[in-house]
Amino acid sequence: MCKALLVASGDHIGVGSVSLLVASNSPRCRALGSDLVRASYQHKTASTEGGHMQVEMTVNGQAMSADVEPRTLLVHYLRDHLGLTGTNVGCDTSSCGACTIHINGESVKSCTMLAVQARGAEVTTIEGMASNGELHPMQQAFMECHGLQCGYCTPGMVMAATSFLEENPKPSEAEVREGLEGNLCRCTGYHNIVKAVLSASGQGGGA
Amino acid sequence: MTAIGTRKLRKEDPKLLTGESKYVDDIHVPGELWMGMVRSTMAHARVTGIDTSAAAAMDGVHSVYTGAELNGMGLWAAPLPCAWPVTPDMVNPPHYPVADGEVHHVGEIIAVVLADSRYGAADAAEQVVVDYEPLPVVSSIAEARDGDVTAHSDLDSNKAYHWPLVPDPEALDAAFASAVHTVKADFVQQRLIPAAMEPRGVLAVPSPHGGDVTLYSATQVPHILKVMLAATTGIPEMKLRVVAPAVGGGFGAKLNVNPDEILAVTLANRLGRAVRWTETRSEAAFSTHQGRGQLQTIEVAADENGKIKGVRVHIDADMGAYMMLITPGVPLLGSFLYTGVYEVPAFGFTCDGYFTNLTPTDAYRGAGRPEASFAIERAMDLLAAEVGVGPDEIRRRNYLNGGEKFENLTTASTLVFDSGHYGPSLDAALEMAGYGDLRAEQQRRRDAGESKQLGIGLCTYVEICGLAPSRALGGLNFGAGGWEHATVRFLPTGMVEVVSGSTPHGQGHETTWSQIVADKLGVDPDHVTVLHSDTAISPLGLDTYGSRSLAVGGVAIAMACDKVVEKARLIAAHQLEANPDDLEFADGTFSVKGSPDKVMPIQGVAFGAFTAHNLPDGMEPNLQEQVSFDPPNFAFPFGTHVCVVEVDEDTGGVELIDYVAVDDCGNQVNPLIVEGQVHGGIVQGVAQALWEGADYDHDGNCRNPSLLDYLVPSAAEVPSIKLGTTVTPSTSNPLGVKGVGEAGTIGSAAAVINAICDALSPHGIKDMEMPATPARVWKAIQTAKGGQS
Repeated sequence: MCKALLVASGDHIGVGSVSLLVASNSPRCRALGSDLVRASYQHKTASTEGGHMQVEMTVNGQAMSADVEPRTLLVHYLRDHLGLTGTNVGCDTSSCGACTIHINGESVKSCTMLAVQARGAEVTTIEGMASNGELHPMQQAFMECHGLQCGYCTPGMVMAATSFLEENPKPSEAEVREGLEGNLCRCTGYHNIVKAVLSASGQGGGA
Repeated sequence: MTAIGTRKLRKEDPKLLTGESKYVDDIHVPGELWMGMVRSTMAHARVTGIDTSAAAAMDGVHSVYTGAELNGMGLWAAPLPCAWPVTPDMVNPPHYPVADGEVHHVGEIIAVVLADSRYGAADAAEQVVVDYEPLPVVSSIAEARDGDVTAHSDLDSNKAYHWPLVPDPEALDAAFASAVHTVKADFVQQRLIPAAMEPRGVLAVPSPHGGDVTLYSATQVPHILKVMLAATTGIPEMKLRVVAPAVGGGFGAKLNVNPDEILAVTLANRLGRAVRWTETRSEAAFSTHQGRGQLQTIEVAADENGKIKGVRVHIDADMGAYMMLITPGVPLLGSFLYTGVYEVPAFGFTCDGYFTNLTPTDAYRGAGRPEASFAIERAMDLLAAEVGVGPDEIRRRNYLNGGEKFENLTTASTLVFDSGHYGPSLDAALEMAGYGDLRAEQQRRRDAGESKQLGIGLCTYVEICGLAPSRALGGLNFGAGGWEHATVRFLPTGMVEVVSGSTPHGQGHETTWSQIVADKLGVDPDHVTVLHSDTAISPLGLDTYGSRSLAVGGVAIAMACDKVVEKARLIAAHQLEANPDDLEFADGTFSVKGSPDKVMPIQGVAFGAFTAHNLPDGMEPNLQEQVSFDPPNFAFPFGTHVCVVEVDEDTGGVELIDYVAVDDCGNQVNPLIVEGQVHGGIVQGVAQALWEGADYDHDGNCRNPSLLDYLVPSAAEVPSIKLGTTVTPSTSNPLGVKGVGEAGTIGSAAAVINAICDALSPHGIKDMEMPATPARVWKAIQTAKGGQS
């Protein structure tokens, strides 16, 4: 399951209509909002007057660096500054999970973090999942089970599902559904996504 | 070859699964400017002042434009288009990309900033100060219809049009006058936020010296958009190119011509710099049209046995603040389907369109047909209760042609249904659901007085898709045709290149089209590539909406393949020195009857057509053909959905226990893709029934614009879905195919609400407004119990 990684936005971190609302990665907060109050104030100092700063991290095994505003969200650091556009943005409330990546091996919605918070971290994005021309088994399962249509939620869904199976290698269908609750898909009705994750866990076949 | 009908895995997937696909927001060009929108915070007001000075002074801000300034720049040749003026006297207030003077909905653009970064544009937009003089607000259809306030100050009334479809008024009156049973019900089709996972976005790239502009847009309709951009901007059409790159879902929401698209093109063209914009999710409730928004009244007249004598329907439809591309026509798309799958001797439908001070409405998955299906299928359950028979029995008594198979049958709503076979669909669905056992379990729980009651809901829907015969669209005053274009060409190396005018955004066209070509030309489907969604590559097309891609665009490809084979036959005959009529074509090879050694693979023919060394006299080189297919009729998919819910009478919570759908979309090219479409469609319809609805206050503010508040369901809220299928080929096209993109949505909302009402029927509860939230269900139960005590 996605680990909650809570970031508060001080009033001044908001970036206009790209407003940084706070949410945990816990899926339930999407409906209930209850986790919002538990948001921990890890970073409240960034401001638009702060100039730029060099942010370095390891992404998909490679050392990366970019000079960004302190308020830059991790997802925008990856997309707009490193050109890793496979990680998508589907909302502005940390509700949809399209931007899910792995940080130090755990899944995180990359819109809930500032890039500076990931300094020095080991980051894996969807671009780092396939290797030597072979799809990752989770990607392969999504393909074989027709677990994607438009593909927009897919990178986040694959990252979340991979992390989920590491925590729960043989989940039940209900556990898969609960485990992916923080990732929204509008195309598939989830039927084949659930099938894909079960298939990747060695349970059940493809389509 | 039998590629058609196989569960071929999708060609599109590797790129999508690895992040290789490029959506609009992934594409960047040097020197691009980010557009930020200053949006109205009031639903109806006069803008009395705009102070852009603080924004303009910010670092990284290139320029700030108010509506008045933009209007003065001569950027527009015409207002935003409405392509479907449903009546000659329809009211259509002028609608320009940026308001100047009066604003008519929250989120209407008042000013535009251009800055050098994503964050900078958002920051600058927040620094623009707007003064308003508030005006009274029309915040609902009922207010628009019954109140004194007008949504546009310069209009005398909110009514936009009145559209009747009453083929025989006397027969309709007579049907009701002689009825033994009548039921009448009012339903609310709440507004829905489409919420494709990819927000809309644009990137306009100019050529300052060439004078042309390329627009990358997250659109379903690049071809229609190009024509409309030429009309609205005055830029000559041949200077415009529209590209829909990877598009992350549409569901109708990307079937429009939007202010941002016109702004990006005109400003890029004026400034000589690329201009881009991507909506935020919370902005999308204002910057992208919404769906549904109707008040429905349906009356059904029947004889003593529950046989329908007549159906009468009236709709008040919410246009929102403006007419967008097909806003007024959406209710009409459903108008013909209020007779459902039933024998209805007399029918009448009227629709009044009204303006409100809310985000404009337009197409959303199903567009008019889910509303129609909901009304008639809810009414059938009410009729069943009135007559005293089960919901399955009332349907069987009324099915067209007694539930037996038919072809080309004319209905009371003046349509000709291509084909149908409704009885087996119901039988299959009831068997898959274990209907008898469910009824027994329901009775057991009722007898035991358990708090969790079981409800079983049926819906036997029919829909109209494969849009559309151009003449029929002309008859409805729609501003375009309904054909689709395809080109099929062999490349010199024997590979096949298909150019498709329909534009996918998740439906898997590249895979499906390859399967059709593989069978028609006898080639490996992996030797086929499909080009689409770029008007420079695919100049002719009418795009993707109304479940039309396969039934029109796919058929065009099949027909183009047939023409390719016929040309190849002439070349092969020439080179084999045989009579063309003596050639057989099978598995990609021409052979001469009776001379098994005289053969020529089609790839060889293609190479010969490329070198053109030895073609019949007068024949053009190359093996390439194109077809514009205009379907002679719509297609009418149908099916039966069974929804099983558990209603917790203590909490009002509704849980989906089981969902069975037996859909018939004619012949299937790729059942894997068909199933995926049905799954997703069902969940969108279920979501309307249970969770979703744009919630407006009396000041016209949307109270749930974000995904925190607008409850798009997650995997945890929905069950796995059991699918069955029947196959009744369409008579509307040579492939016998129908459409399936919207069918799931059209069948599901009624099934869910029928199930909830079924669970609560012992309380005398006959209706449940959507979304059936726990609060709403609980209140209905409490009210009913109070009424009994």
